Amino acid sequence: MLGGGKVHELVASRSSIRIRRIDNMPNIFVLVKQVPDTNAKISISGDSVDLSTVKMVMSPYDEFALETALLHREAAGGEVTALTVGGPGTEKILKDAKAMGVDKIVRVETSGEMDTNALQTVLKQALTNLGAEVVYCGKSAADTGAGSTGPGVAARLGWASASNVTSTNFEGGISVTTPGNGGDVKIKVPLPAVISCDKGNLKVRKANIKGIMQAKKATVDVHSIEAPPSTVIVVNQSLPPAKPAGKSYQGGDAAAEVAQLLRDEANLL
Amino acid sequence: MSETIVIAEMNNNTIHPSTAELVAAAGALGSEPTLIVPCTDVAAADAASSWTGISGIIAAKSNVFENYDSAGWASALDAVMPQGTIVTGASPQSKDLAARIAGHRNLPVVQDVVKVEGNQVTSPAYSGKAMQTVSLGGASVVSVRSNIFSPVQEGGQNSVSVIDTTGELATSVEEFMARASKRLDVSEANIVISGGRGMGAPENFSHLEAVADTIGAAVGASRAAVDTWEAIPHSMQVGQTGKTVNPNLYIAVGISGAIQHLAGMRSSRYIVAINKDADAPIFKHADYGIVATWEDALPVLQSKLQSMMD
Repeated sequence: MLGGGKVHELVASRSSIRIRRIDNMPNIFVLVKQVPDTNAKISISGDSVDLSTVKMVMSPYDEFALETALLHREAAGGEVTALTVGGPGTEKILKDAKAMGVDKIVRVETSGEMDTNALQTVLKQALTNLGAEVVYCGKSAADTGAGSTGPGVAARLGWASASNVTSTNFEGGISVTTPGNGGDVKIKVPLPAVISCDKGNLKVRKANIKGIMQAKKATVDVHSIEAPPSTVIVVNQSLPPAKPAGKSYQGGDAAAEVAQLLRDEANLL
Repeated sequence: MSETIVIAEMNNNTIHPSTAELVAAAGALGSEPTLIVPCTDVAAADAASSWTGISGIIAAKSNVFENYDSAGWASALDAVMPQGTIVTGASPQSKDLAARIAGHRNLPVVQDVVKVEGNQVTSPAYSGKAMQTVSLGGASVVSVRSNIFSPVQEGGQNSVSVIDTTGELATSVEEFMARASKRLDVSEANIVISGGRGMGAPENFSHLEAVADTIGAAVGASRAAVDTWEAIPHSMQVGQTGKTVNPNLYIAVGISGAIQHLAGMRSSRYIVAINKDADAPIFKHADYGIVATWEDALPVLQSKLQSMMD
């Protein structure tokens, strides 16, 4: 991964030659995922969700991760690489990331459906191969809502991690703010680390014309990594069960009756 | 299914009652689980000693558990837990822990489970717009949402084994920033009352706060309200790009019920909607729908609740 105008040094070790950076500038990565537009209606065809007519976009939290990664570069130098896992159809979000200002875009090609263990093992391998030193990702992806990738990849790399991060400060190392019991907690995160980003007060930058033009010409660096077998297999997808019709009332005075029903009927309060 | 392990939900060195639900869920996945209690003081584990449905309790004692650090907690727990399928809660912190432990053991993780049938578990996907059922082909880590499984009962007798453990803390706390308000966060509360743009102005949220204080609720907001008014912070936002909540009771006031908002609250056990527009989509999801302005309904609700609580 030479290039980008950065200074590198070749270090010969017993078994291989690896590249070590001799500057202090971090090799920043941001993980991005393509998901259905969050405003899209989800429909089911047979036993699974039908996404054929749904517009696909970068998962919204990944935009916060991307913004944070770019802020990190502005504070500390280095370069930002956006990385996704998926087929050629996912390159659109990499181009979007490029337009917003990342230096490099990487797509990791694998085969078949993956459970979280398979996916995170692939990500660990890719990040190791590419020499990542700090990784940003969204606090969860809009399709799964799981939030497993950040802490899971960090564990596999043996790195520190912080999740649900609402703000990041780059003065004298990295400090992040994350919700704790009874209030926010500011914690110091040593590198290497994986940081999963929430919205907080971030304003995500818009791509400018120059960025969009550069993105058009940018080439996607494609890596192929074999995933280990998955043990969690999707059985089916379905629409959520319809809720039985509730009771409806006209006029504000009904609020008293509803309050009573919450106690008598719903056993609440 | 192999052995199951439950990691207790902890709150200030106390076992959170929802842990009894996790035990029930783990029992449905396989054999009676071992309950692991991450603690700084082993007395915390006594709370579960009379529970049914567990095969044993391990009080995992370490200073690591004083403050949450993903790497420290996961390594300290990994050291004391048997092999098998691990069940955790689905609070933001517990989901983080679940994923981190899965990483430690090279296991897959399934988050936000709401149903267990044999080795198949179901969780919401696409922000609750669909449900996804997966089969667990081996040991896995599973986080389970609260307010879904019936908790195991009292009446058992379990001994507590204490194991001292240690983990390497990766991060360090620089500062605790107490919340300005004493009110609960929406993600922690059993009752949430939220306002939307229909509240008219941010000052009117004081009427929601009055109800919240009467019944011990947290105050939330729709994205429209957060985006419109500077005074309503993103930390209050319930919905797809805010917080996902599933309290026992969710009261939506002046919220139309956009897909984005429903995604964050539709799994609440009971939903009350107050909206002046009878066609608002929120009413399709409400157990109790009141077609009225908030100005008409909230004072009535407030005074009735007040008299019920007195």
